[in-house]
Amino acid sequence: MKLTRRHTLMMAVGSAVAALVPVRAFAAVEDEIAAFTGGAEVGSDGITLIAPEIAENGNTVPIEVDAPGAEAIIVFAAGNPTPSVATFTFGALAASQSAATRIRLAGTQDVIAIARMPDGSFVQASQEVKVTIGGCGG
Amino acid sequence: MISRRDFLQASMAASAIIGASGFGNWGKLAAQQSLSQSDLLQFDTFGNVSLIHITDIHAQLKPIWFREPEINLGVGPNKGQVPHITGAEFRKLYGIEDGSASHYALSYDDFAALGQAYGQMGGMDRVATVVNSIRAERPDALLLDGGDTWHGSYTCYKTRGQDVVNVMNLLKPDAMTFHWEFTLGSDRVRDIVGDLPFAALGQNIFDAEWDEPAEDFAPYKFYESGGVKIAVIGQAFPYMPIANPGWMFPEYSFGIRDQRMQEMVDEVRGQGAELVVCLSHNGFDVDKKMAERVTGIDVILAGHTHDALPEPVLIGETIIVASGSNGKFVSRVDLDVRDGRMMGFRHKLIPIFSDVISPDPEVAAAIDAERAPFLDDLTEVIGKTADDTLLYRRGNFNGSWDDLICEALIEERDADISLSPGVRWGPSIMPGQDITREDIWNVTSMTYPNAYRTEMTGEFIHTIMEDVADNLFNTDPYYQQGGDMVRVGGMGYRIDVSKPIGERISDMTLLRTGEAIDPAKTYVVAGWASVNEGTEGPPIWDVVENHIRNKGTVSVAPNTSVTVAGA
Repeated sequence: MKLTRRHTLMMAVGSAVAALVPVRAFAAVEDEIAAFTGGAEVGSDGITLIAPEIAENGNTVPIEVDAPGAEAIIVFAAGNPTPSVATFTFGALAASQSAATRIRLAGTQDVIAIARMPDGSFVQASQEVKVTIGGCGG
Repeated sequence: MISRRDFLQASMAASAIIGASGFGNWGKLAAQQSLSQSDLLQFDTFGNVSLIHITDIHAQLKPIWFREPEINLGVGPNKGQVPHITGAEFRKLYGIEDGSASHYALSYDDFAALGQAYGQMGGMDRVATVVNSIRAERPDALLLDGGDTWHGSYTCYKTRGQDVVNVMNLLKPDAMTFHWEFTLGSDRVRDIVGDLPFAALGQNIFDAEWDEPAEDFAPYKFYESGGVKIAVIGQAFPYMPIANPGWMFPEYSFGIRDQRMQEMVDEVRGQGAELVVCLSHNGFDVDKKMAERVTGIDVILAGHTHDALPEPVLIGETIIVASGSNGKFVSRVDLDVRDGRMMGFRHKLIPIFSDVISPDPEVAAAIDAERAPFLDDLTEVIGKTADDTLLYRRGNFNGSWDDLICEALIEERDADISLSPGVRWGPSIMPGQDITREDIWNVTSMTYPNAYRTEMTGEFIHTIMEDVADNLFNTDPYYQQGGDMVRVGGMGYRIDVSKPIGERISDMTLLRTGEAIDPAKTYVVAGWASVNEGTEGPPIWDVVENHIRNKGTVSVAPNTSVTVAGA
């Protein structure tokens, strides 16, 4: 499902934008996710990713991720030349397992966050963030 | 398609909610040609709370002509759903008789002929009469303004919004939210908001630097009405810095932020709110999705997309009320709130027929006073429309007003192709009518009016077209910005609205030569309303005024340059 959607997206982005998003970036993010999860099954409950639907400025997009109880959260910008954004690790005494930062996005793409839970399981959230050249509001 | 019957059944199925609409009443009376002010205002006061909603006035203080859209396509889950139903289909859905006042007010066809019978609509002095009449029956009724109020006219531009602020203050609104107001610049917005005698709300207005709620706008306000504790939560237009020039209000960030909306609903419920109202400038389809995702909102008062609906739409236990634009309509919603929840509602979309509803003398005098210093400029006749030409704007792909503006850009600026923004404001001009300077400003007034002239490759033009089309036809409403498609002069194209971004636009053709647009070739493009800072060129109203003056009488042929598929 995710893979299909990303491929569809890839075909969908305008040619000018597509030039900035090499195909290998998608392969790279698959590899990096596999490296983090060790190929384990990834669930979807227990992680919240907050990102704008449409970026006001693609150069600085605020995102927030929250996964109560997580040991570590890794964040990817799937369409960036370098997809890996950050890995947040939380010690045993951390009061909350959430983080907020700003990221730069090369174009419309999925932002993906994956949390590793203490029992060794993984949960994932993703959201498409659109980077637009601006339109005309009603 | 949800029929009216289904809607009523759906509302019954929601057990606690029993709805009633006053719509049928004025529809029937109008058909009998016996419309009177008391008919329009007739309403059996219901329950214990009254809400009055007006939105997207766009600074239209005086009555206007305003033709509703012929083409208003919905995509994805909203295909064929209200408000994406127009003309005869719309009339059938709501049981509106052909040729009736409601036909004229709510649909597009036979507009010029019916306009002669039913007259202009709107006028804030008439709206004041309606508001006062409701308050006479329900003194603590809340008047809520959905925004796009301080924008869209000559006098509003010249006074930087002050004329509209002064007039609206006489109507004593209780709260307001925002969109085009921010194009006055953030300093001016803060100036006005600082002196407003009512609440300026927006739970999604954030400080851009710190990504925290902005201090200048409260997320919500509590009201006590009929013994009921009411919370009104504001929702400003989410895509302000994208659809409008962000450099004019760089301190602010927006977005839908529905997680925070849920937090605000929970917070006000926790503080004892028995009724939660969202005063929204999201746009109708965005409001529908938000109502599905956020629980605990009783009423969403919807704006931005300029839809006028005779009955609320029910999503879960939330009713969504859409009250049109340009002062044409006011919605009254009476609610029965007991035991901390909404038990029923009665709703009426009140059409402001300006020849039927008498103006409030105080507000009428105030409007004339605001206009007096500019009256000579406003009323100067620049040209007139031919007997076969109605100038209107609404429609997903073109309107005759925009066809004329695009023609003016090509001829006055010597361009191959012209682009005009797909905004939804701007009144109509009847066939054979004088066009005054005020009329031209009503469809062009904005704080970034410069008509640019630049070169673009065919490929870049295609990228722009795809980008704007996705703002309108993305199947997820949260990715829609609520405007219409960019208007194009000098170029034809085909659009398949059912396709994803990058695949919708094809067959781009230079109309002058009939040749296909070459992606590698460079074309001279004239346009206006660029969101980029430092855009150069004469203001668009001068370009259009020169063009109309040169023509004398303007005639606009039907536009056949856009082929639509997938609808």
